[in-house]
Amino acid sequence: MSDWVEACAADDIDEEDVMRFDHGGRTFAIYRSPDDEFFATDGLCTHEKVHLADGLVMDDIIECPKHNGRFNYKTGAARGAPVCVNLRTYPVKVDAGKVLIQIG
Amino acid sequence: MTAAPSRRDYSLIGRDAKLAVETGLSAAEWYHTDIPRKQMKELMQRSDGPAIRDTAIWLTALVVSGAGGAWFWGSWWCVPFFFVYGVLYGSSTDSRWHECGHGTAFRTQWMNDAVYQIACFMIMRNPVTWRWSHTRHHTDTIIVGRDPEISVMRPPDLVRALLGFVGVLDAWHAMSDMLRNAAGNISAAEKTFIPEQEQGKAIRIARIWTAIYAATIALALYTGSFLPLMLVGLPRLYGAWHHVMVGLLQHGGLADNVTDHRLNSRTVYMNPVSRFIYWNMNYHVEHHMFPMVPYHALPRLHELIKHDLPAPTPSILAGYREMIPVFLRQLRNEDYFLKRELPPTARPYREEFHNDTVAAAAE
Repeated sequence: MSDWVEACAADDIDEEDVMRFDHGGRTFAIYRSPDDEFFATDGLCTHEKVHLADGLVMDDIIECPKHNGRFNYKTGAARGAPVCVNLRTYPVKVDAGKVLIQIG
Repeated sequence: MTAAPSRRDYSLIGRDAKLAVETGLSAAEWYHTDIPRKQMKELMQRSDGPAIRDTAIWLTALVVSGAGGAWFWGSWWCVPFFFVYGVLYGSSTDSRWHECGHGTAFRTQWMNDAVYQIACFMIMRNPVTWRWSHTRHHTDTIIVGRDPEISVMRPPDLVRALLGFVGVLDAWHAMSDMLRNAAGNISAAEKTFIPEQEQGKAIRIARIWTAIYAATIALALYTGSFLPLMLVGLPRLYGAWHHVMVGLLQHGGLADNVTDHRLNSRTVYMNPVSRFIYWNMNYHVEHHMFPMVPYHALPRLHELIKHDLPAPTPSILAGYREMIPVFLRQLRNEDYFLKRELPPTARPYREEFHNDTVAAAAE
């Protein structure tokens, strides 16, 4: 079973925003939704390996900063060209003001 | 007016395409001006309001001018109406196609999609093919062999560039591509940037468009009048001049095979009418550096980062005054280009571009 890893403090991310988190040679994106829930996905766009943390969060969508490809960051589903491959998502929990993600 | 055969291979499946991938020039990391996340988020914010307003003006003007042209058909009074209609149909759709393809014009995605489809039809660009070609244009901007949207290759074909102002070659190629796609044929070059699962959509759209043009031609023959073609199809020719006039300035005469948009793109100050038609794409360095920023926020982005960019070209005329001599000189030396000076407040270009021993750059 994979361990939970502390990614950041909950207050580090604004509502409807995203933050980059690097761990173990990998990069992740941590999201705070408009209804104050936290989510995590792989950090790089599946299209051309651009950091999604530089993109725009709108409702439940993250838009890649390079080509405007869209994903639902809650499910990882690709939401239109030029992205065709879904993002991998990771379980997230908030404990004592810290955001933890379970890295598989 | 065309010079000796080019040393550059612009084929998407040719020598330079392979070389760009092997050397890491393709899909490289590009220079960006640093902007605090908070400000960037504000600039990226989407809203429907500006694009709904502009689209309402655009469609109203399109209908009124088209109706006026049809009403006065047969007299010289139709000319000013078709002049306006042509620019709205054959030029303003270039920027509408582009901005809605990025998904930045409207916040509501179906609105982007609807205007995208309409504009693509008018500008005669298959919405599937061009979505993917433009994706490549942003990945590999003016990288020889990789960018499918280089409008003036080196050495420049000036006859071709001039014909662009009346859309003749563009429309010819668009129609040829449409019929080829409608026949179920996706070319080898198209296959390099359109994913396999999207190719069927390109074929379906081409078949729908072919049916629309066939119906328009049939109507023209049935009525014995050019009027249907003046309203559908031909405006792509007689109204193309504005989008070509401003479009050539985007990258014309500047560097190729670099990874800094300050070197290969041009920001030009323009009059408000051209900016409306062009949806602020005159801020072209800014657009390429930050394609997430909607057209209506580009002037604010420009103010924020202009300290780090070459001085904007002050007008369309000034743009041609600097670009045409470069084109003429490239007829003799295709490596020549205009290297634009950065202000003292800017971060310098990367050394590999300063020390370029091949190119004889202009001042």
